[in-house]
Amino acid sequence: MILHRVRDGLPLMNLVSLRAVPILQQLHLEERLLRSSSDNWCIINDGTNRPNIVMGISGRPSELIDLKSVLRDRVPVIRRFSGGGTVIVDDGTIFVTFICNKDAIPGLQPYPHPLMSWTGQLYKDVLHGFGDFHLQENEIFLYYMYASLTVLDTYFTDYAIGSRKFGGNAQSITKNRWVHHTSFLWDYDIKNMEYLKIPSRAPKYRSARPHVEFLCRMTEYVPSRSTFIERTIASLGNHFSVKPIHQDRVIDPSNTLHSSSKLLTRQELEEAYSSLCEKLHIAAISV
Amino acid sequence: MALKLWASSTANALKISCSGAKTPPLLPFSISRCFSSVLDGLKYTSSHEWVKNEGSVATIGITDHAQGHLGEVVFVELPEAASSVSKGGSFGAVESVKATSDVNSPVAGEVVEVNTKLTETPGLINSSPYEDGWMIKVRPSSPSELDSLMGPKEYTKFCEEEDAHH
Repeated sequence: MILHRVRDGLPLMNLVSLRAVPILQQLHLEERLLRSSSDNWCIINDGTNRPNIVMGISGRPSELIDLKSVLRDRVPVIRRFSGGGTVIVDDGTIFVTFICNKDAIPGLQPYPHPLMSWTGQLYKDVLHGFGDFHLQENEIFLYYMYASLTVLDTYFTDYAIGSRKFGGNAQSITKNRWVHHTSFLWDYDIKNMEYLKIPSRAPKYRSARPHVEFLCRMTEYVPSRSTFIERTIASLGNHFSVKPIHQDRVIDPSNTLHSSSKLLTRQELEEAYSSLCEKLHIAAISV
Repeated sequence: MALKLWASSTANALKISCSGAKTPPLLPFSISRCFSSVLDGLKYTSSHEWVKNEGSVATIGITDHAQGHLGEVVFVELPEAASSVSKGGSFGAVESVKATSDVNSPVAGEVVEVNTKLTETPGLINSSPYEDGWMIKVRPSSPSELDSLMGPKEYTKFCEEEDAHH
């Protein structure tokens, strides 16, 4: 039996505050803590050092990114360990990650939708008073074995203000723990969005809008980055006893144990580009 | 979450324990999230995997309860044939609704076959979790490990209690 640490009646959560740590290093840290720690963690990384494209575990570069421009401009492409879609992150992105034991929050089932509902409520509290924040509904069809027809259900998965998304999230769930991580668009460079294609699997509310009409910047609604970060930590304090931990105690770039998040090699991207050009019967231009 | 129900109170009361019939009865149009099927003849884990003992080989997948809670499976990560699995250890993952979820082996052993159909059609895990959606076949190193797993009645009760507590 594992005894989890408690203080003041609330489970302990270690808080690691980072600034401009490379996103690949952050992902390696998250996965290591998910698989080899029994503590609860919150990692906040205020920006990352340079633009990176980050795909989910099943991401296919040819479907999700503009390979020609990515190769031309040498934009790093990472495949992360969690599910979900593709984002481009840079110093305008604020990352918030929760890594928890499955029984850390009473009554919360460690499945995708309950987790997203809980985190969505937490951020609703964080952003109360700043714009019309809500969780955006996505219609998803489910079906159960032996059913002759499908069940229509709706789930809340995106963070939006009005009909514009400002945060992308994803999760990874193990037998006894889970990770929920979010990249918040504090600000972004429109030019960077051009590296991303509009995904074929997109929520209905997107209505085929290009990135610039689908997204919004938090800086237009929230006074400062530190306001958002401080309010997130305060909101966490309603559920956990938060204990700051210095990054030197956890950051270890040489430790890649449990690290399945990978930087795609240039060769992999070039092969994807060549295959795509063959499929489309167009000449691959050397980049 | 908004759930559209039709005859939900009836559906909620239904808990089918089947003998693995290939042509199951059709059910009402819309089914409560609480409804999931459990098959006789299989063993189950607390992390919602099933295992079918076929003598020298054990077939493994995830249960109807699991696939219903996970949502539409869009990607499946499976091990290589000839790799080893440990009891309770992760051997792969499924992706659904922006989440990867580990799948754990009920028994230790050697992987002898993986379901390659899941690469192109991951949704088989949703539509046929106990049949076409099987994930791996393992040659168990300690067949007695199967004895410690839950039977259908025990697993049904486990799921009811798990859902009731949340």
